[in-house]
Amino acid sequence: MIRRLFALAPAPKGRLALAAALAASTIVFGVGLMATAGYLISRAAEEPAILSLTVAIVGVRFFGLGRPVVRYLDRLGSHDLAFRVLGRVRVHVYERIEPLAPAELESYRRGDLLSRVVADVDALQFLYLRGLVPVLAAAAAGCVSVGVAAAFLPSAAIVLALGLAVAGIAVPLAAGAIGRRAARGEAAARGELSAELVELLTGAGELQVYGRGAEAMARVRETDGTLSRLAARAAAADGVGDGLRLLVTGATATGVLALAVRSHADGGLSRVMIATLALLALASFEGVQPLSQAARELASTVAAGRRVVELTDREPAVRDPADPAELQSGPVAVALEDVRARYAPGDPPALDGLTLRLGPGQHVAVVGPSGAGKSTIVNLLLRFLDPEAGRVTIGGRDLRELRQEDVRRTVAVAGQDSHLFSTSIRENLRLARPDAGDAEIESALRRARLWDWVAGLPDGLDTLVGEQGRELSGGQRGRLVVARALLANAPVLVLDEPTAHLDTETATSLLDDVLDNAGDASVLLITHRRERLERMDEVVELPA
Amino acid sequence: MRALDPRLVRRARPVRVLLGADVAIGSVTTILVLVQASLLAWIVARAFHGGSLHDVSPELIALVCVFAVRALLAWAFEVAGRRAASTVLSDLRVTLAEQRLRTDPGGLDGVEAAEVAVASVSGIEPLAAYFGRYLPQVVLACLVPVAVLVWVAAVDVTSAVVMVITLPLVPVFMWLIGRYTEERTRERWDALRLLGNHYLDVMRGLPTLRAFNRSKAQAAAIADVSEQYRRTTMSTLRVGFLSGSVLELAATLGIALVAVTVGVRLDDGRLGLQAGLTVLLLAPELYLPLRQLGAQFHASADGLAVADRILALLDDGPARMRTLVPPSPAIAAVRLRNVSFSYPSRPGRVLDGVDLLLPPCETVALVGESGAGKSTVASLVLGFLDPVGGSVAVGDFDLPSCDREAWYRHLAWVPQRPTLFRGTIAENIRLGAPGATDIQVHEAAALAGADGFICGLASGYETLVGDGGRPVSAGERRRIALARAFASGAPLLVLDEPTADLDPESEALVADSLQLLRGERTILLITHRAELARVADRVAVLSDGRCVEHDAEVVA
Repeated sequence: MIRRLFALAPAPKGRLALAAALAASTIVFGVGLMATAGYLISRAAEEPAILSLTVAIVGVRFFGLGRPVVRYLDRLGSHDLAFRVLGRVRVHVYERIEPLAPAELESYRRGDLLSRVVADVDALQFLYLRGLVPVLAAAAAGCVSVGVAAAFLPSAAIVLALGLAVAGIAVPLAAGAIGRRAARGEAAARGELSAELVELLTGAGELQVYGRGAEAMARVRETDGTLSRLAARAAAADGVGDGLRLLVTGATATGVLALAVRSHADGGLSRVMIATLALLALASFEGVQPLSQAARELASTVAAGRRVVELTDREPAVRDPADPAELQSGPVAVALEDVRARYAPGDPPALDGLTLRLGPGQHVAVVGPSGAGKSTIVNLLLRFLDPEAGRVTIGGRDLRELRQEDVRRTVAVAGQDSHLFSTSIRENLRLARPDAGDAEIESALRRARLWDWVAGLPDGLDTLVGEQGRELSGGQRGRLVVARALLANAPVLVLDEPTAHLDTETATSLLDDVLDNAGDASVLLITHRRERLERMDEVVELPA
Repeated sequence: MRALDPRLVRRARPVRVLLGADVAIGSVTTILVLVQASLLAWIVARAFHGGSLHDVSPELIALVCVFAVRALLAWAFEVAGRRAASTVLSDLRVTLAEQRLRTDPGGLDGVEAAEVAVASVSGIEPLAAYFGRYLPQVVLACLVPVAVLVWVAAVDVTSAVVMVITLPLVPVFMWLIGRYTEERTRERWDALRLLGNHYLDVMRGLPTLRAFNRSKAQAAAIADVSEQYRRTTMSTLRVGFLSGSVLELAATLGIALVAVTVGVRLDDGRLGLQAGLTVLLLAPELYLPLRQLGAQFHASADGLAVADRILALLDDGPARMRTLVPPSPAIAAVRLRNVSFSYPSRPGRVLDGVDLLLPPCETVALVGESGAGKSTVASLVLGFLDPVGGSVAVGDFDLPSCDREAWYRHLAWVPQRPTLFRGTIAENIRLGAPGATDIQVHEAAALAGADGFICGLASGYETLVGDGGRPVSAGERRRIALARAFASGAPLLVLDEPTADLDPESEALVADSLQLLRGERTILLITHRAELARVADRVAVLSDGRCVEHDAEVVA
């Protein structure tokens, strides 16, 4: 799994090496500072000529000044790496998911799971920053410390290597094992508590009016208590990790000190090296300190990565044909012929046996209650979904013989699900035709009866619409979406419940405006309401 | 973002014992660190002057013991701190939920509720570091350097003086750089958030992008925006990391300075090795608490931003006395007199001089354009909101002075966006009538035009709905909520757009049912459908914040 994650979030090799090297240097500089300082003081205690201390003094100053500089570069380097990785993952995941939307992500769109996927993708940037880099750095710096110790006293080097291995590998694993169950339970409890809270906060009024507030509050308290208990258990596990690491540090440093003392007494080691080795050992444990967190971080990154991979592994069911037919421009007929469609193999069919014809320039309405498969018609017409039986045609050609791009150039949709991007009115409209000039944009807005409002805004077309169009009213959103579809100038215009959130008056006037201004385009109106059906050439009723 | 936000510190009051324990543990740890340094120095000096392993072994054992006790304390520190933190966070969540429920139950819509829930469960998680580590560290950062300095002075006064000179550099540097960083950060914050949200926006809009053949081009845009995000963030971080580095520089420079001065004085024979080593070992400990303080504040920064949002929701004036017991609307009329209302978050008045009378057992339709304030009138009648001017009364009783729960007992309500709770459809219908029999539930559903589709489901009334249950359409949801209101048997029904999202057949069915209930219950019917307003005894039109009453026949 980890290997797949590295493939999903590839890091530039050179930068990864640099980040690890800088992180390792930070630790080495710290060790160097303490070890040379210990050496300096011990050597000075022998009261030699001051000149013979010069090298040690320079060493202390070098490490002392160098360490913050290296550390600064280290933090910059590793964050830079994380952001580069984030950019790559995002593009990579986007390219994999793009052909799946929206029909094959149907289940993900519910409850806005998509934003969770986005959070999971973002979590992958920490794969290196908090996961891999600290591990590499601790290993490299550990090798340097052990190497230096080995040059003076091999037995001390062995003790140091053992101590570092225990504190850096065994302790994080042990603490992780103790905390894993609590952590997993904690994640579940957190999800459960969020769900309870969402329910309580959204339904607060109904709970109060119907006298169920106290009951709901008790449930929240209980779930919250579970979460707190699990958090306490997780804290205990982390505490065990901290404590054990400190214990191993102390035992190792004492061991090294004892070996140095004995070796000196046996005449093998210069007395100056006793303090040097002891301080070297003590300082070396800085590198293993973040490893407990790294282990935790890696585990949660893997979990996030697994959810992302599950998505990117899907193969798009809709593909362009090897030898696509050409589609003539201008007015065309569109038809669904005895179509059956479903989103996933096990699901009940979303549409079954529907036949629908829309001649060039015709206005046809499809009316049906919610759940009758109205949105599926849109997905079929845009070829987001292929029918299981029957066929969908444009100009008499099966959609499966055409390029997806050509199909979508022919059909423009203004739907209740149409997204408004968090940018200006102009950019939202230009989505339909990137080369559209202001004159064409104005004309589209006029046809959707929105121009007077836009012209009156202080920023005009540059007015920002906010996240998901939050700054606009429901009516303005609906009209803007329609204007965008009109700007596309496609021969077929599909209106998918454009009036769902509007009151009767606003809805009928919008509908009138669109029908008056559709020009040559054929219009397919999909709705559950009955306003203005008399203006349509044909009305198709969908059974419930 | 302040280093010590009084609103947050106040929240820590219930756990002051645990936090005090943390400070005590930290203080004992400091003493042990001092002992440890002295032991180590003693052992080295003894061996340096020819001591054998045997000579120093009691001290070596003592050293291990010190580490063992420190290990135990480290565990206790973590456990106590995290427990304190989780208590505070859970308290914050529960208070938030309780307050929303009590003071403004109609206040949050679905999107906001989800945001607040996620913020209060996961978003404030980084605050655990604030309460569990940062707050005790604030005290320790004052205590530890003093203890270290005293100990060093006892060993070697000159070194203590050197340390005292370097120490104030740390906060001064921090302050200088912090101020500069803060300004820069704030400037860039909005730009960063915009760039950061771009990806989510694109993902949400993917179907739209694909429908307009624009999705392929977006990969390049994502790469561009990510690159721009990286560059902007890195230029912020280049300054942001400076403060940390300055602290570190002060610390390492201090250590180097102490080491070199001690070395020179050792060379002169003015100082012993043991004293010199003790001082050297303690030098890092002097700066450590301050550095940790910075790191922990940094770690809780994300949580502090989220906490702001939650604390803003908690901010509330003194509670008003609500002790009167209101009469039932079955016998007393509800009357709004010259009511005005404005939301604190929005400029201008939503209502300005509204008069409305709901006599017992009459159906009053309230119509008006979207945004005219119809739902605000409903909230006033429900007692969720208190009028800014004028009065809302039940009989002779002022509603804002009435006990809310006593008033709720007389009410049934279908909001504009009804909520389905986790559970079966039957449980959802029984929300206001826990004792209702199956037959009563089915009758209520039939009145709401819901019986048909519910019986068509595989599990019928036992179908699970709500989060994780079967997805329901807006129309189905509304009909279940209507059934809930009909089942409750409350004398006053407040129905906010009860037929929105309904197909014409269901709408006609609901209209018939309201016709049946006419004269039996008091009904406030908010609607923009002329067809539905026809079942009312009277119609009130809301426009420009005022209310004009008509007879039903005039409108029809």
